[in-house]
Parts: sequence; C-alpha cells; structure tokens
Amino acid sequence: MVEGNIAFLGYGIAAIGPGIGVGLIFAAYINGVARQPESRSVLQTIAFTGFALTEALALLGLVFAFLFR
Amino acid sequence: MNYLAAGGGGEEGFHAPGIAEFWQPLVGNGAFALTRSMVVFAAVAIILTVVLLRVTKKLELVPSKGQFLVESGYSLVRNGLARDIIGADKFKPFLPLMFALFTVVLINNLMGIMPFINFPTFSRIGYAIVLTAIVYFTYHGVGIARLGLFGWLKSFCPPGLPAWVVPIVWIIEFLTYVVNRPLTMALRLFGNMFAGHLMIMVFVFGGEYLLFSTEGFLPVTGVLAYVFSLAIFLFEVIVQCLQAYVFVLLACVYIAGAVADEH
Repeated sequence: MVEGNIAFLGYGIAAIGPGIGVGLIFAAYINGVARQPESRSVLQTIAFTGFALTEALALLGLVFAFLFR
Repeated sequence: MNYLAAGGGGEEGFHAPGIAEFWQPLVGNGAFALTRSMVVFAAVAIILTVVLLRVTKKLELVPSKGQFLVESGYSLVRNGLARDIIGADKFKPFLPLMFALFTVVLINNLMGIMPFINFPTFSRIGYAIVLTAIVYFTYHGVGIARLGLFGWLKSFCPPGLPAWVVPIVWIIEFLTYVVNRPLTMALRLFGNMFAGHLMIMVFVFGGEYLLFSTEGFLPVTGVLAYVFSLAIFLFEVIVQCLQAYVFVLLACVYIAGAVADEH
C-alpha cells in the first residue's frame, strides 16, 4: 500500500500545461534570436515576462496542492 | 501524508521532509520567535551593506574582481532592466529601488545553497510578501501621483475598444492590477525557493536514509541520490539567479505601466 494524497498527483498533472507553455516561449525566443541576433535584448525582456506569467500557473497549482490536501 | 513506503516496510520507515522543516525558531516559539530565516536575512543585510560600501568607496578605472562583480550586477539592473523597460528618460528615480531589490533577492536566494547556512529566506512567504508590497505600493503610488486616482483607475483599460466591451475588460484589468500581480509576484518567489529547498532536502535526506538504513543493493542508490543532489544544487543556482532577475524584471514592467504615457 502506498499512502499519500491525491492532491500531489493532481499537481503533477497541473504542471504539464505550464511546462509546455514555458517550452513554447523559449522555443520562440531561440528562433527569434537565431533569425535576428541583434533583436536579443528586446526579445529577452518579452521572453522572460512571458515565462514569468506562464510559470505563475504552475505555482498557483503548487499552492492549491498544499491548500486542498 | 509524510510517510512514504520505503525500505521494505520496516516499522520506522522514511520520514519525508515536509512543510515543518521550514519553521525553525531559534529563540522562543509561536507568534514571537527569532527564526533561522530572520537571522539569515539580517546577516545578508549586513553583508550587503559592508560589501557595497567597501567596493564603492574606492572605485578604480581598472576594476578589481569585487568591483567588477558589483559593477556587472549594477549594469545588468541599470541598462538591461530599468533603462530598457521603464524608458531612458524616466528610470532614474527607480534605480535605487531596483538595485536594492535585485541584490537582496539574489543574495538571500543564494543563501539557500551556501554551506552551513542552507536556508533560502524567501522560502518563508512573509519575506516575499513584504518585498512585493513595496513594489505594489510603488507602482500604484506612481500611477495615482501622475494621473490622479480616477485617471489611474481609468487607464487600466486599454484605449480603442468598443464601448460595450469596456466594462468587462476593465473588471479583468482591475483584478490583474490589484489582485493578480502582487499575488503571483509573491507566490513566484516563494514557490520557487520553497520547492527548490524541499527538493534538495528530499534528495539529501532520502540519500542518507538509503545509504545508512537499508540493506542489499539499496545503499548504492543512496550514492546515486547524493550524486543527483549535486545536479539539483547546480540547477538551484540557476533558478535562484533567474528568480532575482525575474522579480526585478516584473517590478520594472509594472512600474513602466504606471509611468508610460499611454498603454
């Protein structure tokens, strides 16, 4: 028997979406810099803002996993 | 929930580290206590003051190692973040705040992997909330001072929308400005430090348990757990620096929204 809480399993599933999202953002960032290296400083700001907003979803999931256990 | 079935069903079992590991009072207990995170934060404040004062007192044209480190951090915040995001003509008043936020968050985070200290201050959410509150009141204060209360509230809604969508968008934007932004900002810093520290503890304590309390081939996996915990440590360094960067980046973006002429 494995004891535990289903909330943490739920968090694992909830982290899939932000994971894909962060991957897409950095894929687009790398593509952009590869095509036009001089746009790096502009793209960096946009990429990290997008990364931060996407990551927030995963962190909300982490908090809910602890709240609803 | 803290018990995982490990070690072949012994009576003792492995006690996985949990939330309780983050509450570490040194003196006293309950509502008024001197905790480990308070000591770390005070130590970081003293270290930062001493280092920055000493480095900036004797600036040279050909920088020493310490001066180079401080200068590269300063130029990252000044040129890479504040000037590019807030705008070249308006970023000056916010520069001290941004540099202070960056250094405090960065050094406090790095304390999480420092030997013998091993405690990221921001894995207690109160510290993250205080820093977020400073940024929150700053960008609302700047917005209200520039546009007046009603002008600031009106500017939440981007211009050029058809009249019937304006109320809906305004409510969403209002929630973003007032609830979402501070909530996610504090949770992001806290969540990253908390999860990272917990992960390191799981690997170190789990490796210790596997190494010393199991039989057969399981101690070998304990060695593997320790090797992997080194990889987690390196990953944590990246995450900690990234979080300091992202925290200041978001503070700049929010303040830029308050000082910009139009959205």
